[in-house]
Amino acid sequence: MLKEFATSLRPALVMTGLFAGLLGLAYPAAITAVAQVAMPQQANGSLIVERGKVVGSHLIGQQFAAPGYFHGRPSAAGNGYDAAASSGSNLGPASQALHDRVRDALKSTPSSPGSLVPPDLVTTSASGLDPHVSPEAAFLQVSRIAKARGLPEARVRSLVQDHVEGPLLGLLGEPRVNVLELNIALDAMAASGANGPT
Amino acid sequence: MTFAGWLLILGFTALVALLAKPFGLWLFALYEGRTTPLHRVAGPIERGFYRLSGIDPDRQQSWQAYALHMLMFQLVTTLFTYAVLRLQGVLPLNPRGLAGVGADGAMNTAIAFVTNTNWQWYSGEATLSNLSQMLGLTIHNFLSAATGIAIAFALFRGFARTETKTVGNFWADMTRVTLYLLLPASILYALFLVLCGVPQTFVGSIDATTLEGARQTIALGPVASQEAIKMLGTNGGGFFNANSAHPFENPSALTNLVQMLSIFVLGAGLTFTFGKAVGNTRQGWAILAAMLALFLVGASVTYWQEAAGNPALHQIGLAGANMEGKEVRFGIAASALFSVVTTAASCGAVNAMHDSFTAIGGLVPMFNMQLGEIVIGGVGSGIYGFLLYALLAVFIAGLMVGRTPEYVGKKIEAREVKLAVLAIVILPLCILGFTALSVVLPAGLAGPLNKGPHGFSEVLYAFSSATGNNGSAFAGLTAGTPFYNGLLGVAMWLGRFLVIVPVLAIAGSLAAKKHTPATSGSFPTTGGLWIGLLVATILIVGGLTFLPSLALGPVADHLTLLSGKLY
Repeated sequence: MLKEFATSLRPALVMTGLFAGLLGLAYPAAITAVAQVAMPQQANGSLIVERGKVVGSHLIGQQFAAPGYFHGRPSAAGNGYDAAASSGSNLGPASQALHDRVRDALKSTPSSPGSLVPPDLVTTSASGLDPHVSPEAAFLQVSRIAKARGLPEARVRSLVQDHVEGPLLGLLGEPRVNVLELNIALDAMAASGANGPT
Repeated sequence: MTFAGWLLILGFTALVALLAKPFGLWLFALYEGRTTPLHRVAGPIERGFYRLSGIDPDRQQSWQAYALHMLMFQLVTTLFTYAVLRLQGVLPLNPRGLAGVGADGAMNTAIAFVTNTNWQWYSGEATLSNLSQMLGLTIHNFLSAATGIAIAFALFRGFARTETKTVGNFWADMTRVTLYLLLPASILYALFLVLCGVPQTFVGSIDATTLEGARQTIALGPVASQEAIKMLGTNGGGFFNANSAHPFENPSALTNLVQMLSIFVLGAGLTFTFGKAVGNTRQGWAILAAMLALFLVGASVTYWQEAAGNPALHQIGLAGANMEGKEVRFGIAASALFSVVTTAASCGAVNAMHDSFTAIGGLVPMFNMQLGEIVIGGVGSGIYGFLLYALLAVFIAGLMVGRTPEYVGKKIEAREVKLAVLAIVILPLCILGFTALSVVLPAGLAGPLNKGPHGFSEVLYAFSSATGNNGSAFAGLTAGTPFYNGLLGVAMWLGRFLVIVPVLAIAGSLAAKKHTPATSGSFPTTGGLWIGLLVATILIVGGLTFLPSLALGPVADHLTLLSGKLY
């Protein structure tokens, strides 16, 4: 057995070095090279660039507090949508803190008569960076946006409708609205609305 | 609950069953050491590695030698990763200028990745450099998975071979699985993930100016290359803190489905490989059927509970499902399903925060881990863990009819049963023992975020996860302390190697036996009766052990919540 012990040392040391080079350096480097050449948009974070400035990523939610923007979900990442500190709240179902937070969020959420507040709008996501809300959560905010922006509600509503993404092939995934993309479109609509005919 | 939700769960299960055969056949080729089409590309690498390391891949090893070489490799790679993490501050590819990791944290992480656990006390984007993620961690995602499959191969040989002392060659098994399966599959998978939006860059982060004018720093990195093998190797260690809930790790419902499939595909394939290895594929299908039956029950319970929602929030007017800690693009069904998949296998990646699940919804993942993650299970570890229960089941059946038990042509005698029980008993020993220790010591009590029964659940979940080599967490627990880093590190190490070594001993003991042909008196180990006996053995032996602890945690959590008490 002592002999086996000695004979196992060399392969253990050499194989560690070889596999570290192959799997730890060559493999990620090769994937990076191919990705950067063939799919640079995705490989670099699906960034949204407006007038030469990076305004965010298609995949990452951001904080919206102004009444004239659609709001995303509450976020537990850092001070809210900190994309360098993803996190959920990790509050359990019987947590007083969760209960109080949701109660306060419900108070400040207008509920239109006959429709319930969708759960996603008053709960934090798993990553704290959820880029989406449910279509119901977006529609619920239409009248506030229309009022703050001085736009007709119907136009804002149809803008939301245009941004509803359905399940893949009608089966896979949930209906959702990308909040950042919607707000960019809203800004564009407001800008064109101010200049052009309504 | 929706039609689409149930369709997802059933469709997913059907896909797993469909994929088991093709992947099982591929694994069987590697088990036999056959030449595959990929040998043309990677063959020279394999031969070069052997030559440089002085390995003769055709030299057959006894179970002791197999175990010794395996352990030596684990030891060296653990120390390697420990060094990389400690020296992170002075090593290159550290765009965010992060300092070296502390001693207890680095040791915990090295063990976590070597043991295929990938427990993460840290937040990836805030603690680890790109080099640490790649060189320190990604290599283990391959090697720990390959090691698990190698151990499974050795055990299969124990059943398949007769009157011999040898169970294979560890280096050959581990290297072939890495070069001809894990690496090529990961290359394709990583590129698919990039196509779907997973970043792959050496840039550390980029600053955006939000529409409201704030600055948002968006962490980036070589995510896709790590993500692919993280799932395929049932590792589960995320690049980011939020793991597969982070939109950069898991951008869409499509990537989510592929991630879930990739957690299960090799484990399911190995059941077929086992059947092929012992010369009767029905043996493999029987195992897969028992696994999928247990899986469907768990997935249904969690889906039902999460869709039902949180009664405390219903009372204040928030109707509907439990969306706390879940992502909109996945919704309830895909989040519930993912949580059961990741804990049935020893993956531990999460696409929703298990800590915020309903009490019973969160009980299922915990129970999955306490059973030893044998419902499909980790790559390799799932099937060898399951076969331990199979030995136990034939032993119990043998006691009932008063015959020496046999399984796939081998007599199962006292030595094998003792070793199987030794490997099974390590779970309750570590999980219950260390949980008990943690909830009486001040250093342990400082950990939980939530109060009341849910705080106990956080600790119980942590040790279930560590000992079962899962790596998911009720993440409210502050685990990055010397106390938890140390104790969880011990739990991970024992949970891995005090199972593997008895498994190899069983392999050696079985290989030495004669083949016992099945007679009319043999207990059939295919068909419905056997599947029922397997499931019952797993639930009674595995499950009853943990019932009291579950009563103190999630069950108490559920009952107090129903009575309206909050903490």
